[in-house]
Amino acid sequence: MADAKRDDLVQIHKIILEPDQRPDNLPACTKSVPYECWIKGFLVDENANIGDEVTIQTFIGREISGILYQVNPVYDHNFGEPQKELLSIGNEVRNN
Amino acid sequence: MDISYSAVMSRKKDILRNATGIDYEKFEISPIAFDYEGLINSCQYSLEDAQRVLEETGVGKTPLVELKNITELVRSISPPGKGGRIFVKDEAANPSGSFKDRRAALSVYHGKKLGYKGVVTASSGNYGAAVASQAAKRGLKTIILQEVYDSRKVGQPEILEKTRACEAYGAEVWQLTVGPELFYIMLRVLEETEFFSASLYIPTSIMGIETLGYELAQQTFQREGRFPDMVAVTHAGGGNVTGTARGLKKAGSHDTVVVGVSVDLRGLHMASDVDFNRKSFTTGHTGFGIPFLTRPDRTDVPRNCARGLRYLDRYVLISQGEVFYTTELLAKLEGMERGPAGNTSLAGAIPIAREMDRDEILVVQETEHTAAGKLPSSQLTFARENGIEVRRGNPEENVPGKAIVIPEEADQMRVEDFDIRKIRLSYIENAIKIAKGYVPTSEDNLFLAEDSKSSLDFVREALESLKTNVTETT
Repeated sequence: MADAKRDDLVQIHKIILEPDQRPDNLPACTKSVPYECWIKGFLVDENANIGDEVTIQTFIGREISGILYQVNPVYDHNFGEPQKELLSIGNEVRNN
Repeated sequence: MDISYSAVMSRKKDILRNATGIDYEKFEISPIAFDYEGLINSCQYSLEDAQRVLEETGVGKTPLVELKNITELVRSISPPGKGGRIFVKDEAANPSGSFKDRRAALSVYHGKKLGYKGVVTASSGNYGAAVASQAAKRGLKTIILQEVYDSRKVGQPEILEKTRACEAYGAEVWQLTVGPELFYIMLRVLEETEFFSASLYIPTSIMGIETLGYELAQQTFQREGRFPDMVAVTHAGGGNVTGTARGLKKAGSHDTVVVGVSVDLRGLHMASDVDFNRKSFTTGHTGFGIPFLTRPDRTDVPRNCARGLRYLDRYVLISQGEVFYTTELLAKLEGMERGPAGNTSLAGAIPIAREMDRDEILVVQETEHTAAGKLPSSQLTFARENGIEVRRGNPEENVPGKAIVIPEEADQMRVEDFDIRKIRLSYIENAIKIAKGYVPTSEDNLFLAEDSKSSLDFVREALESLKTNVTETT
């Protein structure tokens, strides 16, 4: 079975500029890597697997092509871990 | 059409003229000077027009809240008779959760009025969400270009949250890796879509913020019978300072001291793939703050309407740890949980209020909303994951990109006054460099004096010393 089918929410990946196409005035660590991009949208192709060249329709209805990167991409940022350096501040200043 | 880097960059002027509806060349006076007021007023909105447009989409008229418990804390660590009253303008109450809604509201309205079908902006922060939110209300399409990831595809939680927010408002979001080529992509997208460029630096963006300065002056006057003695503004690209200061003047609050506050991230390179995730703040820091004062026109439009140096009376720096500490104070003492970056100016206000008399009023002009990713806990978790040391101690021990030191006590908080004279000199030096051999006239000198909030004498002296330096080095 294919990883994604038409109308699935997916994310594509594009290399916009290869290192040799990037301007010369960048710091070396930036200049040595490609300039990349990820965009979400709905799959236009009937079926596709991760790594295939596909077309998506973005949330505003534009069609963009790129390499299928992820299917049903998840927002995985969160509230972080409790920080002991912060937990006692409230009582310290309230008891002042 | 040739979409290579150099080809697109060479079409910059035409693309931007089509995307802003502004013929910037009309306002040029010389290689140094331009008609600033003429450019700002070219969109032909009065302050009242801006207020009306903002009201249509529920932007502005945010509460002015007196932070009595924080003021009390400040007084407990101040000399007798000292400890000014601190108020905050709760800008988190705007539709997308920050003062950026004010900038977006007027620009999106203007773009629609000019007949554009959509808007484009480059922003990894609150402004992107503000544009997406305002465009949703006005029925325009939105494309947001965000610098999100380093080359490992690791992104700051604060920015990832902004991607989510923009997509929640229905925007197409381009999540890009680190690099100034963001501008190249913006030009490409503008050319392809023929959408409006809702740049942070166009006239409507500044006029939108004027409503903030105006409102806070009026609210203070209505409550206290006088204007604020000082207003603290988080400074990054310069729009917040510029719009607020202009709004204060329009309200008649001419003697209010405008203090810019930035988080000190000196030493971290803005275009560095490695430094990118060593910053625990994505805005309100010196990486934007200093270059936008010394070289304001190095931006995504030919002439920048956000000119902080024209309006700043004082510029101070504060450390990351002090901003996180302040964010805790605001939640625990005032019951207001707000995003850390938006508390940069409040963090600066605490040590500054200690110098002020008890009857003086200091208004902190913004807060921002909080969410997953936009919290001290998520930002400090991320900092540790990227090798940053986090500990309690004297905030003087903060090292940008290496150590975040959270104060042990409020009286350890200090601002570092940045020598604004040096910034003015550096601004004048850059203006001369950009003009490439052009010899400034007396009209140019006047422009430089106004644009750097200095004097003709100061400009003449600076130009003399530059000449001497040139002779010495050649």
